[in-house]
Amino acid sequence: MQQSLPGTRSVARLLGLGNRRPGDTLFRGITLLLVLFVVVIIAGVVWIIISNSMLTIQRFGFSFLTNQAFDPVHDVYGVGPAIFGTLVTSAFALLFAVPIGVGTAIFLVDFCPLAIQRPLAFIVELLAAVPSVIYGLFGFLVLAPWLQGSAEPWLQKYLGFLPFFQGAFHGLSLFTAGVILVIMILPLITSVSREVILTTPTAQREALLALGATRWEVIRHAVLPYSRIGITGGVILALGRALGETMAVTMVVGNQASPISPGLFNSGYTLSSVIANQFNEATPGLFFSAVIEAGLLVLLITLITNIIARILIYRMGRVGGLVA
Amino acid sequence: MAIQVRNLNVWYGHKQALHDVNLTIESRGATAIIGPSGCGKSTFVRCLNRLHEEIAGSRVDGEVLVDDVNIYARSIQPVYVRRHIGMVFQRPNPLPARSVFENVAIGLRLNGLASGAALKEVVERSLKQAALWNEVKDRLSEPASQLSGGQQQRLCIARALTIEPKIILMDEPCSALDPISTFQVEELIRELRDTYTVVIVTHNMQQAARVAEKTVFFLQGKLIEEGETGRFFSRPAMKETADYISGRFS
Amino acid sequence: MSALIERQQPAANPFQAPRTVHNARRRASNIAIIALSLLATAFAVAVLLFLLLYILRQGLPYINIDLFTKIPTPNGEPGGGIGNAIQGSLILVGLASLFGIPLGLFTGIYLSEFGGRTAIATGVRFLVDVLTGIPTIIFGLFAWIFIVVPQQGFSGLAGGAALGIIMIPIVARTSEEVLRLVPKELREASLALGATESRTILRVVIPAASSGIITGIVLAMARVAGETAPLLMTAFGNPFFNSDITQPVESLPHTIFTFAESPYQGQINQAFAGSLVLIVLILITSFAIRWATGGFKQRVQ
Repeated sequence: MQQSLPGTRSVARLLGLGNRRPGDTLFRGITLLLVLFVVVIIAGVVWIIISNSMLTIQRFGFSFLTNQAFDPVHDVYGVGPAIFGTLVTSAFALLFAVPIGVGTAIFLVDFCPLAIQRPLAFIVELLAAVPSVIYGLFGFLVLAPWLQGSAEPWLQKYLGFLPFFQGAFHGLSLFTAGVILVIMILPLITSVSREVILTTPTAQREALLALGATRWEVIRHAVLPYSRIGITGGVILALGRALGETMAVTMVVGNQASPISPGLFNSGYTLSSVIANQFNEATPGLFFSAVIEAGLLVLLITLITNIIARILIYRMGRVGGLVA
Repeated sequence: MAIQVRNLNVWYGHKQALHDVNLTIESRGATAIIGPSGCGKSTFVRCLNRLHEEIAGSRVDGEVLVDDVNIYARSIQPVYVRRHIGMVFQRPNPLPARSVFENVAIGLRLNGLASGAALKEVVERSLKQAALWNEVKDRLSEPASQLSGGQQQRLCIARALTIEPKIILMDEPCSALDPISTFQVEELIRELRDTYTVVIVTHNMQQAARVAEKTVFFLQGKLIEEGETGRFFSRPAMKETADYISGRFS
Repeated sequence: MSALIERQQPAANPFQAPRTVHNARRRASNIAIIALSLLATAFAVAVLLFLLLYILRQGLPYINIDLFTKIPTPNGEPGGGIGNAIQGSLILVGLASLFGIPLGLFTGIYLSEFGGRTAIATGVRFLVDVLTGIPTIIFGLFAWIFIVVPQQGFSGLAGGAALGIIMIPIVARTSEEVLRLVPKELREASLALGATESRTILRVVIPAASSGIITGIVLAMARVAGETAPLLMTAFGNPFFNSDITQPVESLPHTIFTFAESPYQGQINQAFAGSLVLIVLILITSFAIRWATGGFKQRVQ
């Protein structure tokens, strides 16, 4: 056995290398190197985004978040309306996608005849596989004109007392972006909810059935309380997806500066659409940094929602049973 | 409260679990269903409250008459069958996040049978019947998951009793319990059998001998023998019964 | 004396539903929920079917050889095709695979074979999972800053790099899952026969998990074939055929993006045709994956 330098033995063991054949050490070494490379890439992505935002961070600080103007001419940048647009479209999407998604999951697990359950679930999952740009195409060419011509007037006529439905009609609007997002995050909510509902212990369902509960009562008193945490995790994952969605939203949201108002029929823009629209105009300096900082914000909010969602889904695995 | 089973055939998908079962169970008293693992005793009992059909791909053929009414008749909904035929399961299954009180009360609430003061009265009475009241009277608002295994099982029994079922089915109710809790539950069964028709599935022959007046033996989905418990164990009529009792297979 | 309301009105047949308001309400709620959840499911299914059929209808008439072999005409003149986009997508996905598959696969190997439950492996796994949640435009920004800006030009290389990063977690996760499923006995048998650890992994474990690994790779490739956002600021776009990856490269999703908003009907038609091609590709891979994982077999030697 060769003598190795003091300390290298423990380092080697830590890395998983050790008393092995040279072929193995080589293989392990290559594997570890590649994994290290992956970690470096991830860290690199984050670091590059942060460091290239520093200019505008230092210049504007928090006012970047509230400034209404993204003004290259005067070199003043703010993403207030973009943040507003991102939040509004995502909130709108959740508002409708959650009941529809959870409802679909409930139907698939509890009411759907067994034979068509898997095919139907597969079809709903296919919605998730459709590329974002195709949703954008569909939204731009089909949905937007239709919403402008039919849905928006209808909503204003019957629900016009709500500030959301007031104002001029635009096809390319926050409203259309919201509707497209509903369709895009629906499959995620459905599949997570479905998986979670499927894990509800039969014992709890049977406890209620044995007392003469109807299907809905079993769902209400056994399934939903058990699944609540996991479903919430899925919803937050979907929120993250909506917050970061770029192409479909960019193509339908209008990309025009409107003053921030509750009117959903106005055009607007989101953080990611700002990036998509402005990157090619971006001159080095503040403009460039502003675009990157918008990216940093997207990165931050999606990371946070992702981590929260994972914690919830992880907790789901440990909660929800008896300690008998 | 009498049960009459006629030509019962039951399937899980393509696999037949029960073959042509015919059995009469008198009103009141306890009947034990025994047999080796996989003989169909649990399946049988779950057909008595139409719980078996909740399993995807299952099929039931035949008649089960309770007080001369076929519970499998087309005009009858399973929900209202189960409301009158209570069940206690192998592993205690209270709703974990709910309080002790709410767990017992839920049957009453779902079926709209009582509310307010009357509800409280029924809950207390059922808990006393289940010999659990003294242990939980000061813990009614605690989550049910805090109780011990034996207490949870008695909770489940109390829960079943609140809605005054005609029949109480028990699927190996003591197999997850320690000896003392088992003793308490068996005591309970001996009390309940004076008022209710109790059908208890058990793999423990001594338990059958202790709590049931009548015993039924299943093997591979067929009813082999039934009879008064004393005679059943001392002079079994069928060879298979004798083999099982003497432990030649289990 | 029973305190229960029901008993005060005994029904002739005790198993019939008691005719009370309460029970009527229960029945109504039950039916309402069935109806609502059915409606929700119908909505989801209807949307997908409508989308697919609409694209089929609008795009099918324009699927022809020209679509794949010609490049776009200037100023919206009739004719032409999106051959440059098809070629570009093939190049970009190929480049991304070159980059993403080895990195993803070896990360999967590490997590399954070497890392196990160590703290480092858990950390790596967490990072990889986090990677999947990052919107793809961020990787475009990364490649933009890292490659495009210093090179002072858009390039297929930058696009491929961005897409490659997207592939890594998909390949890593599916590979890890599938490698874990390979029975311990198989590894032990190989080691007992005298094979080294690396030989065992390369010659025994990976082949046993090969169909699952390939599934993961196909999944990742289909995913990035549809990505647009990261390509906006990296590969950018190119109206001509181009196989030089140091230059801008067109891609199918990018063409769909630009043509959808075009003032020329001819280009809009081609956008639909291109979408149809892309969707068919996605559908084929989705079904193929479904079929493959449905009959997931392991080779036991």
